[in-house]
Amino acid sequence: MYDSVILRTVARLMLPILLLLSVFMLLRGHNLPGGGFIGGLVASCGVILQMVAFGPSFARRVMPVNYLALAAFGVCFAAFWGLPALFSGLPYMTAFWIEPSIPGVGKIGTPVLFDVGVYFTVVGVTTQLALLLAEEPVLFPMPPEPPGAEPEGAPQA
Amino acid sequence: MANHLFIPLVSPLLGATLAVIFGRQRLVARAMVLASVLCNLGYSLWLLWLVGTQGRQVSQGGGWIAPFGISMVADGLGAIMLCVASVLMLATVAYSFFTLDPAYERYFYYPLLLLLLLGVSGAFLTGDIFNLYVWFEVLLMASFGLITLGGTRGQLEGGLKYMVLNLVGSTAFLIACGLLYGVVGTLNMAHIAERMASVREPGILTAVACMFLFAYGSKAAIVPLYFWLPTSYHTPPVAVTAIFSGLLTKVGAYSLYRVFGTVMQNELQHLAPLLLLIAGLTMVIGVLGAMAQMNVRRILSFHIVSQIGYTIMGLGLASAAGLAAGLLFTAHVMIVKAALFFIGGAAEQIYGTAEIKPMGGLARREPALAIFWFLGILSLAGIPPLSGFFGKLALLQVGVGQGAYLISAVAAGTSILTFFSMLKIWNEVFWKKAYADMSKLPRVGPGLLLPGAALVVVSLVAGLAASTLVDYSTLAGTQLFDQAGYIGAVCGADGCEAVYESALR
Repeated sequence: MYDSVILRTVARLMLPILLLLSVFMLLRGHNLPGGGFIGGLVASCGVILQMVAFGPSFARRVMPVNYLALAAFGVCFAAFWGLPALFSGLPYMTAFWIEPSIPGVGKIGTPVLFDVGVYFTVVGVTTQLALLLAEEPVLFPMPPEPPGAEPEGAPQA
Repeated sequence: MANHLFIPLVSPLLGATLAVIFGRQRLVARAMVLASVLCNLGYSLWLLWLVGTQGRQVSQGGGWIAPFGISMVADGLGAIMLCVASVLMLATVAYSFFTLDPAYERYFYYPLLLLLLLGVSGAFLTGDIFNLYVWFEVLLMASFGLITLGGTRGQLEGGLKYMVLNLVGSTAFLIACGLLYGVVGTLNMAHIAERMASVREPGILTAVACMFLFAYGSKAAIVPLYFWLPTSYHTPPVAVTAIFSGLLTKVGAYSLYRVFGTVMQNELQHLAPLLLLIAGLTMVIGVLGAMAQMNVRRILSFHIVSQIGYTIMGLGLASAAGLAAGLLFTAHVMIVKAALFFIGGAAEQIYGTAEIKPMGGLARREPALAIFWFLGILSLAGIPPLSGFFGKLALLQVGVGQGAYLISAVAAGTSILTFFSMLKIWNEVFWKKAYADMSKLPRVGPGLLLPGAALVVVSLVAGLAASTLVDYSTLAGTQLFDQAGYIGAVCGADGCEAVYESALR
């Protein structure tokens, strides 16, 4: 946790913007730079920013998600969208597309849905890792400062 | 197109993720895991039959044609290994249901087992050398989790050694892949095999082959690189040790067979004397190490090393018959070694220690356990009605037939030493009188006994049905050594280069 008014104000504003940007990245990703992985990283940045500004318990509260289950769901979802090809007699993961592309969203097909699975996996794994690291109890606490010593680098009143 | 080749990959993946999602409802999660393992087992038996009757099965991931996309290829070798892996995983899951502390379940023990199965199945079926690397990483990730789950001091120590050596091996593997891609410009195994002949400087291929030998050899625990195995395998729960002994080193051995047997056959001819030397050293040093130990699981761990020597001997004989014999032996030892770990683990659970000195009197107390242990060590040593005899017989026949007398003599001598060091466990744990009062110790339940016993029965049945198995392994060895047939099955009759040229045009 980093106590700064500027950071906290910006972090509040950035959460919705980053989440929207991540969805945008996800949807444009099939033919342009972006995709599920990048989108997932951007979304988890939003949550990690809350963690840096307000601490891990606030970050857990602001997005009350079981990140581990989210990651597992993402893998499951991504693997699932390879199955339609398998059942119609084509090799696993062969792409199916809805032909006319939807304006504003782009072409929709099984690779996009696969990317959605990747998105959830990346959000789940990276956020969970960051939160767990931040929540880790201090295993080897520093010895207490001797009384009277000036704390180094602390702002003087 | 054999699109069903993806089933053994999709089923553990979905099973693992669903087991994580339903982690709270233990019974649902267990049912998912069991269903997924049974699905793989049923499928692999069917695949075994299919490959036996119709030859190689090939599918291209995502529908991308052969030298460009990722090919999945099942031949006799892959089908046998897949089948044995599924059998072992079923036994391990059953043993874990009965023996494992429920706390492990909260930390995703079963999903990790399924991910291990996923990585192993992928490695056995892939036809792309970089994809093989990826599957290695999948199974290593799962195994890092499994070996340290529980977090005791010994486990972390063993896990660290295991992890460091495997990461070094993986790095060598990746560098070798990069060098190979730089030399031949492709990663599809069939295409590499085809381009091997036209490489301008064949010297660099020998260097690449040696890097592959180092990479796979460190995972298979061949002699100069085996030290991580006995120091790490006795630390995790018994079920984990059993499945590791059955699968992990054998994936390294499988990769050696695939890369040297099919892809780099010329290099196999160059390296054959070195491989035979390594095989002999691995056999002897492994078994001598086992004789010096006084802990059930450490003894068995050194035997894994020793048995890998026989597998490498099959490779070093550098012929279709040698590969077939090595494969027969490897399939046998995967099953029997896991069985011995399960039964030894049951004894360990009774006494609360794996040291053999304080144990004793188990033959009188648990006769069923003792019988299956004895059958298991007979099979491992190679006594006729059991499967070990036929594996060793085939190896010795090929060895003597090809004039490799020295290695054959070493192999035969090592069998006697193997039997001797297994008898040490028999004498100490089962036969001798117990020093202490045994009446208060827990009894062996069916859950502890059955998985190991079932695997010993599999070994017995395999010994009785040896002619079928020998035929099948001969088929698998021929398929493995038949480079032109492999290329034809993956890329079509004209070969990969023709597909490549026509796509460029």
